[in-house]
Amino acid sequence: MDFVNENLPRFLGGAWLTVQLAAMSCLMGLALALPLALARLSARRAARAVSTAYVFFFRGTPLLAQLFLIYYGSGQFRHALDAVGLWTFFRDPWFCALLTLTLNTAAYTSEILRGAIQAIPKGEVEAARALGLTGWMQLRLIVLPRAIQIGWPAYANEVVYQIQATSLVSIITVMDITGVARAVGARDFTFFEAFGLAALLYLCLVYAFLFGARRIEARLNAHLPQARRPRAAGAGGLTR
Amino acid sequence: MPDLQGYGWLLIDGLMLTLGVAVASMIGALGVGLLAAMGKLFAPRAGRFLIEAYTTFVRGVPELVLLLLIYYGVPTLIQNVAAGFGLDWSLSINPFAAGIGTLTLIYAAFACEVFRAAYLALPPGQREAAYALGLNRGITFRKVELPQMMRHALPGLGNVWMVLVKATALISIIQLPELMRNADIAARSTRQPFTFFFAACLLYLGITLVSMWGQARLERWAARGTLEARS
Repeated sequence: MDFVNENLPRFLGGAWLTVQLAAMSCLMGLALALPLALARLSARRAARAVSTAYVFFFRGTPLLAQLFLIYYGSGQFRHALDAVGLWTFFRDPWFCALLTLTLNTAAYTSEILRGAIQAIPKGEVEAARALGLTGWMQLRLIVLPRAIQIGWPAYANEVVYQIQATSLVSIITVMDITGVARAVGARDFTFFEAFGLAALLYLCLVYAFLFGARRIEARLNAHLPQARRPRAAGAGGLTR
Repeated sequence: MPDLQGYGWLLIDGLMLTLGVAVASMIGALGVGLLAAMGKLFAPRAGRFLIEAYTTFVRGVPELVLLLLIYYGVPTLIQNVAAGFGLDWSLSINPFAAGIGTLTLIYAAFACEVFRAAYLALPPGQREAAYALGLNRGITFRKVELPQMMRHALPGLGNVWMVLVKATALISIIQLPELMRNADIAARSTRQPFTFFFAACLLYLGITLVSMWGQARLERWAARGTLEARS
């Protein structure tokens, strides 16, 4: 208890950083995932190839390798980055952490989005076309709302994974929950308490998010009978 | 091919250890996961509650935190408890064992969910028919239920394997000389971090490709004897 009283403010500071990183990377990743998913479904071969290669690389390699590739790897191009004025960004661990997390989640999210778009009954899109909606309006009024509804449980699981994935940024010295736990544990040799408290904080964040996600899900599916609702967020296995 | 300055073999050694850790953890996760799934389905209430608590905890905590908790936390806890009894113990866990133990613990929870869903996907008539033929529970499970479960479970287990392989990279944090760790060593001594981390990425992509191919073959094998709907 002494341990908690003494260190809670630092851990809460770390938790705020974790929440920031997770929220910002998820939002930016979502923005990047939409063009990626559309490119994957596009009729143009080049667009499909670029999107497929991007997703294959980011889903096929460990997040830690991507993080090191961007944070340490950028040092190899220091002069070039300096010349275009980007070195100040790549020198900053927080920026590299956010960039890596964003690029990574964009790949997984685009696959969820693609699956959801492909799961929309064909008739709905044909009906939109029959009504004379333009391509953009079909996307905005029919395809995206339906894709969000279908893909939401899978996306909620992706956010849960992303909250946990942010813990890796502690390895490049960012002081998120895990970073604080490592520092506090090493200072007082209280590793068990420090990592135990960190684990509890992550549990709180994850299950608080899932609670909210299920309420959103209930809203999205309010018009459907129970039997036709998709599987609940957080139920069952691994989505990645 | 980039110039690896003689560090290529270090990466290959790392790759071998990565595969070793991944295979050992996967075997552990399959065994523990199957037991946990059976527990979740058939154990008495207290047992079910314990297994539920375990999977809930593991799925809500980052792999890295669990790894650090086991590798650094558990020895210090034991030392502190021992010190309470006036014992002066110095204890440390081998990184290889800590890594395999942690990955087994985590991915058993995910495998458990896959097995449970696969069991629930079996039509009850299969079991009833086996009992009607006079097979006992053990033989029914081994000869009738398990082979059919595998067909439902393989896609999920393939997914667990892919995520597990990538999670082995975390063990580099506790200095186990697997692929990531060796790439880091090479990157530091040659001052070419991008080259070596990119080479490591390519090796991970190689594992992913081979795994995808293997998974497709296994799924075809597990689905032998079932009729395929053709469209």
